[in-house]
Amino acid sequence: MSKLKLATVWLDGCSGCHMSFLDMDERLIELADFVDVVYSPIVDTKEFPDEVDIALVEGAVASVDDERKIRKIRAHSKMLIAMGDCAVAGNVPSMRNPFGPQAILDRAYFENADLQQQIPCVVVPQLLKVVRPIHEFVKVDVFLPGCPPSADTFHTALTALITGAPLDIPALTRFGA
Amino acid sequence: MTTVAVDVKTLVIDGQNVSARAGQTILEVARENSIDIPTLCHLDGLSDVGACRLCVVEIKGNNKLLPACVATVEEGMEVTTTTERLTKHRRTILELLFAERNHICSVCVSNGHCELQSLAQSQGLTHVRLPYRNPQLAVDASHERFTIDHNRCILCTRCVRVCAEIEGAHVWDVMGRGIDSMIISDLHEEWGKSSCTRCGKCVQVCPTGALFDKSKIGSDHPKYPDFLPYLNLMREAQ
Repeated sequence: MSKLKLATVWLDGCSGCHMSFLDMDERLIELADFVDVVYSPIVDTKEFPDEVDIALVEGAVASVDDERKIRKIRAHSKMLIAMGDCAVAGNVPSMRNPFGPQAILDRAYFENADLQQQIPCVVVPQLLKVVRPIHEFVKVDVFLPGCPPSADTFHTALTALITGAPLDIPALTRFGA
Repeated sequence: MTTVAVDVKTLVIDGQNVSARAGQTILEVARENSIDIPTLCHLDGLSDVGACRLCVVEIKGNNKLLPACVATVEEGMEVTTTTERLTKHRRTILELLFAERNHICSVCVSNGHCELQSLAQSQGLTHVRLPYRNPQLAVDASHERFTIDHNRCILCTRCVRVCAEIEGAHVWDVMGRGIDSMIISDLHEEWGKSSCTRCGKCVQVCPTGALFDKSKIGSDHPKYPDFLPYLNLMREAQ
């Protein structure tokens, strides 16, 4: 059996979901018998590959760059998994929504800045008006809530998805878990 | 010797033959018989308002779904508490609640002790299909001991009921209509300046992190609403 191609992506999140993924520890070695990690913040590939079997996406969609990425990921992935509360529900990044992006930019780059007060406009992507979960942009196949989902949740869910065994997500995790 | 005539009704809940006293609600009878019906605005010891609709059940021969917390039993009734249709409605209700205000479980004082959060899990909700409204809502921390965070409020009115019915102060009430409804203290004054008796019952009955004890911020904040039925029982005995 050829290995499945696994990608993990980090949009607007804190990387906590990736940390929790890595907390699978020695079980990652067993997992490596079934999957190749073809794209991830923890590997060197710069471009999202053309064909991915499972894409684990952490983080909400908060900028034009996130939106471009999530559409590309969807187009090139057989199965897209929303990993953690930011991807599933917006979570902490979405707490700026009631105030709007201008208010937080002012706060960060003017009110709290002593030197060179200016809002960055080159290199960094423009923020979207509203931070939204990824399923408001593209179809999501599996939702794994949790902040972050535990390593056990990752292990049980990925094992089930790889082997095709039944998967009861609410039995494993919840919002804010 | 005197005998008291008890008006007994017999009915079927989820295929189980049960008997009840006339005037009992479907929810009471179901729970007496260990049949679980999910609830949110209901709380043992308070009056029922049928606000959240999570406890809706199907009655044979009736197209309408009835809220089990306020619908009373009838002779020969056939009640079903779990069907695909009911599950769909219950999930949608929860999704509407999550989308309506800002429920960010991960940073909520009630994370791990919240009835909305645990209902989402028990009802199999993994995401909210509706767009979040993200309203800008106030947090009133003017009270010496407690805070009301309207972002987490689901308008169950447990606080209103416990304050009026049990404490007898009626500090809390509801202002506005529909999606604009807000819980207010007195005539929409700051909680700290209101006629609050500082008893804290509203905090203990609040199912979410909308009402919380300031001393519990950043720590575990379970709520203990179990005192209500005992308090009522002791009062009745007097």
